[in-house]
Amino acid sequence: MPTYRDEGIILRTFNLGEADRIVTILTRSHGKVRAVAKGVRRTASKFGSRLEPFMVTDVQFYQGRSSLDTIQQAETLGPYGADIAGHYDRFTAASVMAETAERLTDAEKATNQYTLLLGALRSLSRGEHAPHLTLDSYLMRAFSLAGWSPSLDTCSRCGSPEDLTAFVVHFGGMVCATCAPPGSARVGSDTVEIFEALLTGQWDFLESVDRRHLARVSSLISAHTQWHLERALKSLEHVAR
Amino acid sequence: MYDGIVQELIDELGRLPGVGPKSAQRIAFHILQTESFDVSRLAQVLTDVREKVKFCEICGNVGEESRCGICRDARRDPSSICVVEEAKDVVAIERTREFRGLYHVLGGSISPMDGVGPDDLRIRQLLTRLSDGTVTEVIIATDPNMEGEATATYITRLLASIEVKVSRLAFGLPVGGDLEYADEVTLGRAFEGRRTV
Ligand SMILES: [Zn+2]
Ligand SMILES: [Zn+2]
Repeated sequence: MPTYRDEGIILRTFNLGEADRIVTILTRSHGKVRAVAKGVRRTASKFGSRLEPFMVTDVQFYQGRSSLDTIQQAETLGPYGADIAGHYDRFTAASVMAETAERLTDAEKATNQYTLLLGALRSLSRGEHAPHLTLDSYLMRAFSLAGWSPSLDTCSRCGSPEDLTAFVVHFGGMVCATCAPPGSARVGSDTVEIFEALLTGQWDFLESVDRRHLARVSSLISAHTQWHLERALKSLEHVAR
Repeated sequence: MYDGIVQELIDELGRLPGVGPKSAQRIAFHILQTESFDVSRLAQVLTDVREKVKFCEICGNVGEESRCGICRDARRDPSSICVVEEAKDVVAIERTREFRGLYHVLGGSISPMDGVGPDDLRIRQLLTRLSDGTVTEVIIATDPNMEGEATATYITRLLASIEVKVSRLAFGLPVGGDLEYADEVTLGRAFEGRRTV
């Protein structure tokens, strides 16, 4: 029988028919999979909460003739959902992460995106850092894995490492004083430091940074992500900051 | 693909929630082939439902007047409000006969990935209903799934500053389902065992 098994993170669900759902799962080894979970909306379903968003699950899929696989079995590996849903700011951050992962992956194996999201959701569910920091760090890393890291130490127009004074989203990052279009938002080396801290997870430093400065970096990261994706992330405007 | 109007019917039916292309085709041919099927009766009901059914100006439930049957019923206890996602959840809870208060229908749950935030639901209207002190208990009965839980979390946090007892249905085990699918016994038990949050 054409079945396969993999661990995966539930990204999103859509209702289908009377009581079924289509579940989008980022798997460790099979990329992004869309599969049908039969009867999952019945409160007595054998799947229980295992196929809810942000849960990490060991799944057995059945590959039928239709384009969608069917979920035969599911066992929870990481019950992160409950600890995320119980805190609204964690929930909105996790929603942006899941939507981002959904947009950055396809049926190709993407183990590094998988492990990144796994770590971010685990950290979020444990409340290790402020949810907005976990989110910004995740976005920086997810986009850099996708090859869309903003240019931080050289001018994104001319490549000069000198005199970087502005961040211009449509150029792809920092630009030097010569290349900066008139009126572009000026940012200093302290902003670059925050970007780098988010990329490398320097949490102690990040937690010491002024909230307003972080918010400014967050809005640059949002603009950077929206610029690179064809359609805007719907969840981003609902983030509780 | 079928010719012209038959395909149009299949397409229209297929736009309904829960109706896939195969079901749409089956329903279309049932309508076409079953002589006893009263097409004009269905057409009339569809027209009527759009014209006559209103959303209750107080609770958002469906009814045929500006206030729904439950809000008009003087025997209901106005000190208690049960918050649900959809009008169909009101029906599910009414079936249990556990609740004698009033309802508040949100019109969905918070789902950032679908672009639905708190402002897209009837949450502000809930706060307005709580402003005169009549209501002393709010029971949050959103679906026992991720979006429902997050919506409950959001409302609970919002009501923390208001003097009102807030409780959440207790389903015991973590479940992933929709409220409308909970059987009466389970739902009744969840009501009885509701916990203050
Ligand atoms: Zn330059
Ligand atoms: Zn009403």
